[in-house]
Amino acid sequence: MPHPGLANFRIACYVRTMSAPAAIAFDDVAKGYATGRRALDGVTLDVHAGEFLAVVGPSGSGKTTLLRMVNRLSEPTRGVLRINGEDIGKLDPIALRRRIGYVFQGVGLFPHLTVAENIAITPKLLGWDGARRRRRALELLELVRLPADYAARYPDELSGGERQRVGLARALAAKPDILLMDEPFSALDSLTREALGEDCKRLHRELGLTTVLITHDMLEAVLLADRIVVMREGRIVADGAPAALMKHDDPFVAELMQTPRRHAAQLRAFLAGNGS
Amino acid sequence: MSWPADPRIADAFAHLPDYFGNHVRVSLIALALGLALSLPLALLCLRRPVLRAAALAVTSIVQTIPGLALLALFYPLLLALASLSEELTGVSFSALGLLPSVLALALYSMLPVLRNTITGLGSIDPAVREAAQGVGMTPRQSLTMVELPLAMPVIMAGIRTAAVWVVGTATLSTPIGQTSLGNYIFAGLQTQNWVSVLFGCVAAALLALAIDQLLALMESGAAKRSRGRIAASALGLLVLIALAFAPGGGNASGAKNYVIGTKPFAEQYVLASLIGERLAASGMTATVREGLGSAVIFDALVAGDIDVYVEYTGTIWANQMKRNDARPREQVLAAVTRWLKDRYNVTVLGGLGFENAYALAMSKQRADALGIRTLSDLGPHSPDLSIAGDYEFFARPEWQALRATYGLMFRRQQSMQSEFMYPAIEGGDVDIIAAYTSDGRVAQYGLTTLTDDRRAIPPYDAIVLISPRRAGDVALAAALRPLIGKIDVATMREANRRVGSENAQTPQAAAAWLWEQMSKQR
Repeated sequence: MPHPGLANFRIACYVRTMSAPAAIAFDDVAKGYATGRRALDGVTLDVHAGEFLAVVGPSGSGKTTLLRMVNRLSEPTRGVLRINGEDIGKLDPIALRRRIGYVFQGVGLFPHLTVAENIAITPKLLGWDGARRRRRALELLELVRLPADYAARYPDELSGGERQRVGLARALAAKPDILLMDEPFSALDSLTREALGEDCKRLHRELGLTTVLITHDMLEAVLLADRIVVMREGRIVADGAPAALMKHDDPFVAELMQTPRRHAAQLRAFLAGNGS
Repeated sequence: MSWPADPRIADAFAHLPDYFGNHVRVSLIALALGLALSLPLALLCLRRPVLRAAALAVTSIVQTIPGLALLALFYPLLLALASLSEELTGVSFSALGLLPSVLALALYSMLPVLRNTITGLGSIDPAVREAAQGVGMTPRQSLTMVELPLAMPVIMAGIRTAAVWVVGTATLSTPIGQTSLGNYIFAGLQTQNWVSVLFGCVAAALLALAIDQLLALMESGAAKRSRGRIAASALGLLVLIALAFAPGGGNASGAKNYVIGTKPFAEQYVLASLIGERLAASGMTATVREGLGSAVIFDALVAGDIDVYVEYTGTIWANQMKRNDARPREQVLAAVTRWLKDRYNVTVLGGLGFENAYALAMSKQRADALGIRTLSDLGPHSPDLSIAGDYEFFARPEWQALRATYGLMFRRQQSMQSEFMYPAIEGGDVDIIAAYTSDGRVAQYGLTTLTDDRRAIPPYDAIVLISPRRAGDVALAAALRPLIGKIDVATMREANRRVGSENAQTPQAAAAWLWEQMSKQR
């Protein structure tokens, strides 16, 4: 006899799929290599429209592969990926990428293009005219809180944080519904990181984006995301709101969640010690 | 103004428009062809490691072939192709000059471009390439919008290397009939006109430098997005192209324009000048293809790429007819005349009257001391002596014949440029040289030629050959007939000495002197 709770869950899923398909849906997605190594091992995951999802896990857990599959920089060897209910395996990958914003781990700005040209690259590929692209670049500079005169600069004239802001602006330039970010803050100092994190969250809200953030930093995930997925060895080991994950009983997840709490405790102790 | 009144400088400048224009033209066409081949090939190789390895290996091997040999190899190849094409399609093309030069130089230019393009594209940060893919570029857009612009400095460096190589190596296209700045160098070396040699080297170096700098300007203009720089370099290149293709810079191709060929030595330049003047005096125009290699010049005549040149009976006798016996002058001349007519429809207009034979020469003092007068005398002494000859000599049948007939076994033999043989024997570096009987330097350096007492070497009467294409040309024959039988060896030797000596005359001046002497005899 099936568990009654499971039946309810299935109905809930069914109802949700009927009302509106998930913005991004992974259906038993796996990725294996000829060597026998599996980067992903049967992932099923729905990301809902407007959600800010953080995917957390140690390096090699498959989180980047998961993200790259969404805009088909990587192809699954099994399973189906859907965006708004459409099987993306049947879509033109070039067109697909142009409607998804992607912020790369190493920023990946084009060093021979100005900031404005970098930002407006996807609009250019979509055939926007020059004037419209310039307007859009200036809009985005304002949105990511960079001065308008940065438009004519080259990436190597910017600081790391500024470059990542340009990377974010570039991802948003063609007005995507989905924003994918692969450890965008990992190379930045903590102050820059915090400011940029807040801006991301604000933009996510203001623009009504569906955002997937890859990070290995649990604190970042807790502070920014509505929902956290924990990955380990190509599988999802936990999935829930940050508060819920705090009470998770899997020892691996508990250990991961301990980190921000431990830091917070250390900080409190330090402040108390200094205060007396 | 007291400009140093060396007539050789004025003479060099007079040739500059022709030589420079031709040099720029052959270089630019070769470079353009090289780029058109190697850039697409590099892109094709980009994701095909096997093809890449093969392409790099082949172009590297081409690079190791000496420039002169590569250029010379293209001539017989094209000659065969030309005759095949004429047979199959009726379309014939000239295998001499521009075509083989362009092909060989283009091939030569491919390695640096290919290698740098592959390296440049291969060294692009994979993160940037992934970003290009991630923002939605097609592979082609990624290549044109991101990868090529980023690799451009490395690619340009390759193009600049290729340009410098091509401009430098183009000087070697002279021996296969392409006029270039190499004409200064080849003619200068042969006539000991160091002003001319230096002039050619400096001009080629300046041209290479100019093209390199124009390309550098274009590169920096592209990097800094300075329209001014790009425009300036484009203008510079346009000026070069205009110079190269301006009428007058190229071959004057009149309907009745005769092409006179020369081998690369002083006597040939003087005689070509003489022939040119005779044609001009009869109201015909002529251009000279200077410094053609011995292996090229006869084929060029048969193919009609040149119309007339001065050959030597012994060369045809030994090299073409493969004869290794020696006969009296008249017999050889008659046999060669008949054979050339029957075999190739080449007309021997007649002998000029002198012989330019190979002759082993040694210092008069030394010869007297050793008591050597004839080659038979030399035989027993040869193991103690060393010999030098020009590049051809030791590969010629005459050398085999000499060795066999007189049992010559020299201690050492070395090949060198003919004009260095004389200083070498004077300085005691060699004992014997393979000199030429009409060479003014034999007397000048106090040498004595050893008698070929057992007639191992055939006679070398200077003869005027006319191409099959001009076989029935009465006007041409009439214009040149006054030269036949009118030049004795002493006069020719003096004319050659005038070109080769210290305060050298130009071949034109020596030719004028020669004509004067011939007129006096009459």
